[in-house]
Amino acid sequence: MYQILKKESLNPTVTRMEVYAPFVAAKAEPGQFIILRVDENGERIPLTVADFDREKGTVTIIFQIVGATTYRLNLLNEGDSIHDFVGPLGTASHLDGLKKVAVVGGGVGCAIAYPVAKKLHQLGAEVHSIVGFRNKDLVILEDEFKAVSHVMKVMTDDGSYGEKGVVTVALKSLIESGEKYDEVIAIGPLIMMKFVCQLTKEYGIKTVVSMNPIMIDGTGMCGGCRLSVGGETKFACVDGPDFDGHLVDFDEAMERGSMYRDFERHAYEESCNLFKGVR
Amino acid sequence: MANMSLQKNPMPTQDPEVRRNNFDEVALGYTEEQAVDEAGRCLNCKHKPCVSGCPVAIDIPAFIAKIRERDFEGAYQVLHKSSSLPAVCGRVCPQETQCEAKCVRGIKGEPVAIGRLERFVADWHNAHSASAPEKPASNGIKVAIIGAGPSGLTCAGDLAKAGYEVTVFEALHTAGGVLVYGIPQFRLPKEIVQKEIDNLKAMGVTISTNMVIGKVLSIDELFEMGFEAVFIGTGAGLPRFMNIPGENLKGVYSANEFLTRVNLMKAYREDSPTPIRHSRNVAVVGGGNVAMDAARCAKRLGAENVYIVYRRSLDEMPARKEEVEHAMEEGIVFKVLNNPVEILGDEHKTVQGMRCIEMELGEPDASGRRRPIEKPGSEFTLDVDTVIMAIGTSPNPLIRNTTKGLETNRHGCIVTQGENGLTSRDFVYAGGDAVTGAATVILAMGAGKAAAKAMDEALKEKHANQARK
Repeated sequence: MYQILKKESLNPTVTRMEVYAPFVAAKAEPGQFIILRVDENGERIPLTVADFDREKGTVTIIFQIVGATTYRLNLLNEGDSIHDFVGPLGTASHLDGLKKVAVVGGGVGCAIAYPVAKKLHQLGAEVHSIVGFRNKDLVILEDEFKAVSHVMKVMTDDGSYGEKGVVTVALKSLIESGEKYDEVIAIGPLIMMKFVCQLTKEYGIKTVVSMNPIMIDGTGMCGGCRLSVGGETKFACVDGPDFDGHLVDFDEAMERGSMYRDFERHAYEESCNLFKGVR
Repeated sequence: MANMSLQKNPMPTQDPEVRRNNFDEVALGYTEEQAVDEAGRCLNCKHKPCVSGCPVAIDIPAFIAKIRERDFEGAYQVLHKSSSLPAVCGRVCPQETQCEAKCVRGIKGEPVAIGRLERFVADWHNAHSASAPEKPASNGIKVAIIGAGPSGLTCAGDLAKAGYEVTVFEALHTAGGVLVYGIPQFRLPKEIVQKEIDNLKAMGVTISTNMVIGKVLSIDELFEMGFEAVFIGTGAGLPRFMNIPGENLKGVYSANEFLTRVNLMKAYREDSPTPIRHSRNVAVVGGGNVAMDAARCAKRLGAENVYIVYRRSLDEMPARKEEVEHAMEEGIVFKVLNNPVEILGDEHKTVQGMRCIEMELGEPDASGRRRPIEKPGSEFTLDVDTVIMAIGTSPNPLIRNTTKGLETNRHGCIVTQGENGLTSRDFVYAGGDAVTGAATVILAMGAGKAAAKAMDEALKEKHANQARK
């Protein structure tokens, strides 16, 4: 069992938890992920490591309440325990040697983009962060990003905060204004990563994306997380989750991600009904 | 006087029409009377040919003699000396190619039903004996086992019996390996596996789940933590695909994923939070036991038509005969001498059919089986909405990529020196599918057993040398 030491709501649908998992904390690196099960008969869900503290033995996760499992996870409080918590899985992001990087985060994807930005900052790179949200209420980690970024752009779809527009608008204007990036790192919804990659391809800027497909074991056993990258089949859990965004077949990934949509919607509604009034 | 019936006592089974709608165990097991009667067929040969066919060398005539005497607990004690998991082996061992293949009674008629008797004895013991095994006196030496599958659990059991402080590291949230994620409930009830694991725990074995060795700890770190020897039993978990067009469509599963969802994640139960496709028409590609398991699970989940698509003929099929027969009884359709060439999808990239080509058998190939050759112009489309690829697995690269000096071959299998499982690293042993590539539960158990013996000898020698210094 893995105890929750700290729980904090970042916005109405996004929660941050600090979990005591010393073995995982000792090895975790930005870009890697963990898999958890909330309770004994729960499903296994992957979540990217949002932060870690090797001395305290804690790993931070940030999740959006989107389905039955994240709904149940969010019902746990400080002092409660998560049944299973395994990691670190996947390969760490390759950040060494980068001098100037644009980090693009979308929605809850910012939770994954932040440790990457932080590590780049620690390595002495110049970090330009572009974070996008649907509206002002959903903005997360703004101060954290600011602390590690040379340039910081907050975008909202409706213009209720920061600048109005999607992240590619800000990225394009930075590139057009003459900023030269060694690499763009884009982490967020598939559709956002797809459009960032389309843009950076035009300018010939290497772009790395973090994929988060459906998976079970996270060790290469099930193959459920397979993606087409440059015409080859890759397993996101062991070959990734970071991939060269210009080679990823995003349309296929989006279709695969929808495989259990009906089942998940149904399970979520059932969970919500089950717990109504229990809080 | 021996029972001279030429036939085995038949195994009582659930009716096929009933069982194809449930996940309860298919084979129901012998009654005491059937077991004693079957035990009477054993001639108690002096030279015991059957024992040479057993990878863990169970004294088969001895345990059968105890059954004849109705000393069922005594029979269990004979099994327990050689096998850590008799209730499992009695169910999933391919006895027809091992012990029973050597049985003298098989020369004229059917061999003694050794597997069914083994299962009977183990089940009798589990039902009648309340006492858990005792924890042996500790010798204080720590050993680490990586992987809680058949080879690792066997190795752990033998080392615990010898007094070692054993920790088993398991990547998944439940111990058992292929016994829990792969082999379905109707062939091996999970309660049986759990009972065997509980017995190991009672003997002092620590099972540490959620530990992906190679990621969370390296083998070198295990030695730093005070473990004096390591056994790698990480299996062959990496699924193979055919590399044909359409394999990434929605509705194409590896057998590993499909079976893991159904078994480990319990998708067969209505209240499970694990999603699974409830398909109408399913093609399972492959001809091994895993293919049979996947096909029979699909049928039980409600599919109308389930096809086994296999490129050779029934004679070459690697699955156990009993599994093939059970599958046929349950209405699985065998489309042998056919090979998929493409999986077809609709506008949402969901499977809507599979193009196949007919095959014929040519000259024998390297495996000794006749090579399948495509018949030109014989392509046809099979109407399916789900495809399950059950064409084999390879060893997982996590350990070999993170362990310096660990020699592996071009298939990614760990290289060991001879029978005892020693790898190219001192005090690091390996066995099971991680060494052989995908094989059987009992071969993995045999390897775990051999390694435990070798580890015990090497550690005793090491400590004796240290004491002399």
